[in-house]
Amino acid sequence: MKLTLKIWRQGGEYKKGQFVNYQLDQVSEHMSFLEMLYVLNEQLISQGKEPVAFEHDCREGICGACSMVINGHAHGPLQGTTACQLHMRFFRDGQTVTIEPFRAKSFPVIKDLVVDRSAFDRIIQAGGYVSVGTGQAQDANAIPVEKDQSSMAFDAAACIGCGACVAACPNASAMLFVSAKVSHLTLLPQGKVEAKKRVLSMVRQMDLEGFGNCSNVTACEAECPKGISVENIARMNREYLASVFSSEED
Amino acid sequence: MSWLSPALKPIGLIWFDHFLTSSLGKKVIMSLTGLFLILFLMVHLMGNLQLLNADGGESFNKYTYFMTHNPLIKTVSYLLYLFILLHAIQGWRLWAQNHHARGGQGYAVQVVRAVGTNGRVAARMGWLGTIIFVFLVLHMWQFWFQMKTGNVTMVLIGEVEHKDLYTPVVAAFSNLFYVIVYVFSMWIIAVHLWHGFQSAFQTLGLNHKKYTPLIRFLGKLYSVLVPLGFALIPLLVYGQVQGWWSVNLSLTH
Repeated sequence: MKLTLKIWRQGGEYKKGQFVNYQLDQVSEHMSFLEMLYVLNEQLISQGKEPVAFEHDCREGICGACSMVINGHAHGPLQGTTACQLHMRFFRDGQTVTIEPFRAKSFPVIKDLVVDRSAFDRIIQAGGYVSVGTGQAQDANAIPVEKDQSSMAFDAAACIGCGACVAACPNASAMLFVSAKVSHLTLLPQGKVEAKKRVLSMVRQMDLEGFGNCSNVTACEAECPKGISVENIARMNREYLASVFSSEED
Repeated sequence: MSWLSPALKPIGLIWFDHFLTSSLGKKVIMSLTGLFLILFLMVHLMGNLQLLNADGGESFNKYTYFMTHNPLIKTVSYLLYLFILLHAIQGWRLWAQNHHARGGQGYAVQVVRAVGTNGRVAARMGWLGTIIFVFLVLHMWQFWFQMKTGNVTMVLIGEVEHKDLYTPVVAAFSNLFYVIVYVFSMWIIAVHLWHGFQSAFQTLGLNHKKYTPLIRFLGKLYSVLVPLGFALIPLLVYGQVQGWWSVNLSLTH
């Protein structure tokens, strides 16, 4: 199939970017989206041009590296899929495909389609952990966990921290990501130890990073490759309100 | 940190200041003031329905007299003005911050795909709210300001002199321009509430498998019925004045 690619090219964080059109003639419908980009890059290299920079790692939809907005959708138009798991059979012959980086002030473009998502790392550092006793491994199932709770925690833990929620949110809010991390840990007995401190410090760090505020648009859930529910945001709001009024923290 | 910090710090409430200025605290302010305004709309509508009583405005003027003379209602009305301003100013600030958070460069292809049916509305609350605010300025100038500055005639109901607010209301709703403005604004309020009602609960963390479907249903019902009730009044009055129908409104004394 033939495709017209309209790709955002930007030399560096402080350089001016622009869309450049490319013509790609031999795209197999069995290619993944990233393989299609490789074909383009081979073509560019053979023409002596700068290849398109994009992020990728596992190609199994679990690492969250491949960050790009395809035709207005984070990770592309297919729901519940990362860009690396998106295949070209979901596109039509002759279609124009617009590829842009994630757009958020807190995710500055490093080059072309690559953005700096270290804001998420700093949010995790602020409270996305649990305290564990080192030493001998304890017996499996030594801590009883109720089944429904563990399922909800597991659903929240499916978040791969890719940032699609921020990219999709009209407000560039990181609430779905932060609430998934808060929920995942707070629903389990192991996470209860730091529960109050965790939600306060993670929200504080999220605000410091300059993400927008949630207005319950729910675009985040619709675009999330892992289908993380906005119910997590309500849970974080509850946890936050309870912690603000009952903890000893300022 | 906010302009309240110097006042809150000496009394150990700096944590509350941190809360109010956090992204979640700002939304809680929107949610609580919004819920108060939602409740107020219902009370306001019940009063307005007095306009439809076929008694030459007696019950409506009695109602406005009560609203402006009862000390409890007066106190609540000042709270109401405060909450309207707080909701509007905070809303504009959030709108600006959210716009800023997106960064200078927007998307070339813009689509909002949402889980609920109200994602498009949710993404436009700032615009809708601004239209409602402009309407409120007109509305307050037209009735509230005229009444407060004594720009209305007095009528005697029983032994007591009442301000006759009924006549200017009917006069306004006999004017096609105002009928269109009021009906249009009610439509905007309906759309604003369509998202706002259930969003207020989500922001407070009140999302539960057992109650959320009911909250959503009530929100949709409320956001249709209440603005519809408001919009019907100018339409009924206008139609009566034009002689299209007679719904038993006695428009003269």
